[in-house]
Amino acid sequence: MKAVSEFSKSKRLIKDFKEREIMGPGHLACQGCGATLNMRYLLKEAGPNTVMVIPACCWTIIDGQFPFNTLGVPVMHTAFETAASAASGVRAALDRQGKEDTNVIAFAGDGGTFDIGLQALSGAAERNENIIYCCYDNEAYMNTGIQRSSATPELAWTTTTPEGHPKQGKKKDIIQILAAHGIPYAATLNAAFPEDFLKKVRTALSMKGTRFLHMISACPPGWKIDSSMSIKAMRMATESKAFPLYEVYDGVKYHITHESKGTPVKDYLKMQGRFRHLTAENVDFIQRRLDYQWEQLLHRGQLEPFNG
Amino acid sequence: MGNHAVSWGVLRSRAQVIAAYPITPQTQIVEELSEMCADGDLDATFIKVESEHSAMACCIGAAQAGARTFTATSAQGLALMHELLHWASGARLPIVMTDVNRAMAPGWSIWADQLDSLAQRDTGWMQMYCESNQEVFDLTVCSYKIAEQLDLPIMVVYDAFLLSHTSEVVDITDQGPIDDFLPPRQAELKLDPGKPYAFGSLVMPEYYYEMRYKLQEAMERAGGVIDSVLEEWAERFGRKYGQVEGYKLDDADIVLVTSGTTTSTTKYMVNQYRERGEKVGILKMRTLRPFPVERVRKELAGRKRVLVIDKNMSPGLGGVWAQELRAATAHIPDVPPIQCYIAGLGGRDIRPETVRDVIEHGKTQESLEKEYHWIQLKN
Repeated sequence: MKAVSEFSKSKRLIKDFKEREIMGPGHLACQGCGATLNMRYLLKEAGPNTVMVIPACCWTIIDGQFPFNTLGVPVMHTAFETAASAASGVRAALDRQGKEDTNVIAFAGDGGTFDIGLQALSGAAERNENIIYCCYDNEAYMNTGIQRSSATPELAWTTTTPEGHPKQGKKKDIIQILAAHGIPYAATLNAAFPEDFLKKVRTALSMKGTRFLHMISACPPGWKIDSSMSIKAMRMATESKAFPLYEVYDGVKYHITHESKGTPVKDYLKMQGRFRHLTAENVDFIQRRLDYQWEQLLHRGQLEPFNG
Repeated sequence: MGNHAVSWGVLRSRAQVIAAYPITPQTQIVEELSEMCADGDLDATFIKVESEHSAMACCIGAAQAGARTFTATSAQGLALMHELLHWASGARLPIVMTDVNRAMAPGWSIWADQLDSLAQRDTGWMQMYCESNQEVFDLTVCSYKIAEQLDLPIMVVYDAFLLSHTSEVVDITDQGPIDDFLPPRQAELKLDPGKPYAFGSLVMPEYYYEMRYKLQEAMERAGGVIDSVLEEWAERFGRKYGQVEGYKLDDADIVLVTSGTTTSTTKYMVNQYRERGEKVGILKMRTLRPFPVERVRKELAGRKRVLVIDKNMSPGLGGVWAQELRAATAHIPDVPPIQCYIAGLGGRDIRPETVRDVIEHGKTQESLEKEYHWIQLKN
């Protein structure tokens, strides 16, 4: 398939996986936390010359309580809606000190990105601030106890969308929103596909301007899965097309980096307690929605960018 | 105009990162600053953000990374920043901000009224109020020195239009002497690759209490630091300011307490009373935080009348300056009842006759019959 790039078939990158660990082991995450794995992989590539900006989210806790922290790079904790704006300020100050080579990375949850932080993120993206913005997406407000966000999948259970009234409407397409800003790079990442993950982090690190990395992030307490099933659940998310892996250059050039196997979404849904109330009709509806979205993505992948 | 005096103060202070969002009547400050940056007169990064909330977040990020920062706003913009005002002081960041006093909506008003800044009283920011455009320039520069000695943020405040858009002659001190007065910021702790500190982490009750103690301890030192910086400014440049200032105060029986441009109008009326031999004087308030408790106790003791002109209204209790003065002088012997006069809300002119009515009414008030008085209220 033309829209799918070749590198997903490559096995070379795994050898390139950096041995170094920037993040320490003494973090406070739940077992099986996808957000922690995302940070660990990200920092392996980004290295120590990095400043991390973290708004209110699970990572506020995971990083550790004063006077300890686990990251191994300077961390600025900041208010919920300010990851992108605070990172813009950090970038400006470091540039004035001649530290243009320092990575400024915002690391926010889906609530801080899709919802309360979207305005500041749009502002930073429109200004094309030279930052990497990562959204680790566990698909609800997990730190406050599993409330729905606009990243929550359709018909999922959360504590504010109980089984009798599950989440209405589809998950917000954050990549489309970022792509519409025309930023140099936006991509979806999945730590269950480490080669693909690392390659995208490297691509982002090699560029300037606003780079947006959307990371699926399994949450055992929120998804109602066993902590040993995190990687499997994340892998299933991509293979079932619920979380396809692709990248967008300059807001127009789409690259699908992994061809989803097309595993029936019911297999992905049935392993998670948050979907256990779904009827066969619900599952069928979700399958059709995902099939449509995958087709839409394929079309985007085949469309040549406008060239004057 | 006052707004340009700020821009020049920021230029002379060599701010490094500026982030701002337009709001009347502050806008000319940042218009002028963006030109100064574009022309290369000011070597700073100007981040044109999408909201005041992001303006303050940018300043917080930049200040945390060690930069000297600036932003300016008014009214709704300041209210939108409220959450981050707490963040800036809690993180001990010496951010300097101008607030051009403007009434809070609704109804929409762009005119002067102090409630916007007074409502930020408990955010941990120092606040200084200005009477003239020269003060605006001078105090903007002094604010950087004060803030950076204390690692506390500071707000320079003045009245919409009465100063912001009014032209006055302002002595713009040369860059060289200001560089001697105000060296570059040296942040002891900052975001620095290679030093992986975390700033603003989760803090348990075990430590939070002491963090607040340290913030208050800095505020307690702030009065002394403000005095010494203002004294140094006076020695170098000949313009003298205080946390409170008296006008014909020494022998005054009736003391009018004012802030901002209301002071100038009040001076005019005080002069008229003095010509008639009546002992009327002014206590002009400059700092809201830290509140100059000892000074006001000293200055208000032994007077016959204390009449506060409050260009603000805290619904449910009255004028904020009067409340602060009552709290500071409670149980201090010999301080007369502090009478509160609400005036000038939403840009209503405080005219000499307004001040006259306050004085004449005040003369009749032996005790505290009312928490506050409306003056020239229309039926």
